[in-house]
Amino acid sequence: MSSVLEEKLIAAPVHIDGEPERVRRIREQAADRFNVLGWPTTRSEDWKYTSLATLANIDWKIDRRQPEGNDPSSPFGDKPIAELMFVNGALHANRSALANEHPGIRVTPIREAMESESFTQHFSRYADYEKHAMTALNTAMWQDGAYIEIAPGTLVEGFIHLLFIGDDGIAAHNRNLIVAGRGSQITVVESFFGKGTYFTNTVTEIVAGDGAVVDHYKLENESLDAFHIGTVQIHQERSSSVTSRTIATGGGIVRNEINAALTGEGASLSMEGLFVLSGKQHVDNHTLIDHVAPHCDSVELFKGILDENARGIFDGRIIVEPNAVKTNSRQTNKNLLLSETAVIDSKPSLEIHNDDVKCNHGSTIGQLDEEALFYLRARGIGAEEARNLLVYAFASEIVERMKVDVVRENAGRALFARMPQHMPERRSEPR
Amino acid sequence: MLDINNLYAGIDGKEILKGLTLHVGTGEVHAIMGPNGSGKSTLANVLAGRPKYVATSGTVTYQGKDLLALPAEERAREGVFLAMQYPVEIPGVNNIYFLKAALNAVRKHHGQEELDAMEFLQLAREKMKLVELDEAFMNRSVNEGFSGGEKKRNEIFQMAVLDPKLAILDETDSGLDIDALRIVAEGVNALASEKHSVLVITHYQRLLKYLVPDFVHVLADGRIVKSGGKELAEELEQKGYEWIEEEMAATR
Repeated sequence: MSSVLEEKLIAAPVHIDGEPERVRRIREQAADRFNVLGWPTTRSEDWKYTSLATLANIDWKIDRRQPEGNDPSSPFGDKPIAELMFVNGALHANRSALANEHPGIRVTPIREAMESESFTQHFSRYADYEKHAMTALNTAMWQDGAYIEIAPGTLVEGFIHLLFIGDDGIAAHNRNLIVAGRGSQITVVESFFGKGTYFTNTVTEIVAGDGAVVDHYKLENESLDAFHIGTVQIHQERSSSVTSRTIATGGGIVRNEINAALTGEGASLSMEGLFVLSGKQHVDNHTLIDHVAPHCDSVELFKGILDENARGIFDGRIIVEPNAVKTNSRQTNKNLLLSETAVIDSKPSLEIHNDDVKCNHGSTIGQLDEEALFYLRARGIGAEEARNLLVYAFASEIVERMKVDVVRENAGRALFARMPQHMPERRSEPR
Repeated sequence: MLDINNLYAGIDGKEILKGLTLHVGTGEVHAIMGPNGSGKSTLANVLAGRPKYVATSGTVTYQGKDLLALPAEERAREGVFLAMQYPVEIPGVNNIYFLKAALNAVRKHHGQEELDAMEFLQLAREKMKLVELDEAFMNRSVNEGFSGGEKKRNEIFQMAVLDPKLAILDETDSGLDIDALRIVAEGVNALASEKHSVLVITHYQRLLKYLVPDFVHVLADGRIVKSGGKELAEELEQKGYEWIEEEMAATR
């Protein structure tokens, strides 16, 4: 498959002034690798549900201007302790607030962190551009992103917010690195939105050091015409605890790749996802949890709500390596279909290489419970509101567990905003 | 209050009610008894508007309105309440939120102001005492993890909050121990008054010891075959339903 973007890439991998030799070399290797791998196609098992043909054939532009002016403000107001806004892949300096007054926290554009020790140690070490074409493309072409480093033992109250905003016709490759030092605690929220048809290709690497506690939220609320390819790559060390939540309500064609490697004993991971789709939205959730070390726990729960002609995919894999004895792992995917034309593909899978583990997985696909619907109506609640209540109830298991108040409320609103016929505002209207 | 005339109704094309006629006056308590499969639950479900239950002929007039023409939620807002035989569990829907939404839908329908959270909570607490439900239940999901008796008491609690004009109890007594039975009966008695009517559907007579009906009807094969006062319930308890069936056979 050939495309304008591909040709451009061959001609010009991005380089940033003053970037270290190692980064330059990685970019070139990644570019070479992308040119070998090419765009993913539905012929590969990992991409069999999602075609990128449309995406690959659009003549995307890269925006090299410095963002300024009237971009949307943060949905969370002044609640985050630090916030970085990126428009079309570049930092919007006027709309960003660093947490400089907090000792032990470094939040900075990643292009300004390339000399730091942690960057050198961790950057591009976990997100694999050898195997994954879209990660290779990102690694070759990233312009900017966030670098967050939490010093050992630093407990951060509140959350850090990263916003990524896209504009019509533009491709943006965002690259983030989050390093939580030994025994630290941090919450990071990434939000994505924009206007028109654009292409977001984002990679976030998360390193949870020994005993670190990391809460990561990804709120994918892109324009309904946008393409979003995102990888969250989590690396967990001994006794670390990570919660990853992916809430997908936006985007036209979306691929959420969430991968975690539990490499230190006693690490625990909770990987949660919610996708709420309508119209012709296509969201492909692709997850991999790799149990490398013994005595680790992982709980994975993905829930999908699909209306109209939406298509959703849950393709989740858990690997328990030979050394990972006493692994405790549970993988669940539940889906609610609200229309006859919505489609879900659910493919949970377990690959276990030792016999001293406790693992289970399962998936369900169902419609709204007619009995429950009648029960609510028989108490006077209108049919539409009853439906809303039940849909929200299905999602609430994920939403209610979100610890950050403003984020939880925002996610609840985004959820209903994507279901025009089920808007809660309409609840109070008379029949 | 309620006039059912020559009602034929069923489910999935199967006719279960075959010409049922019943008049429930305002302030009256009626008991409908009958053997399994006689059509008791079908009657309750047709009156409440459960989907798939279809009336093929006959009329049901409730307070001058054609009840069968109203969707289930309209019937509820007009004051018809069905205490369900098998209350459904609804994970993720908070009990108190659900009931507040229901009450406010009813109030709105009648042009009354909606209750705010505080006002509602005050009302709910008062009614909860009536059915001896622990307040902890209110913050759980609707019926989720409730025992059989708790589910039935929750039905009566909802009834007490919604204050319906016509309460239909579909085998609310089945599976209840004597204490729960007494609580349920007290809840209904608290509602029963000059303005409220109650239709108690039951297989057994024991609830009727606590909840004394003005009229007792025997339903068999989709029709009311015998009506009388509260003594009819006692007679049924002693003699069983065979007696009615024999009497019916004799009159054919």
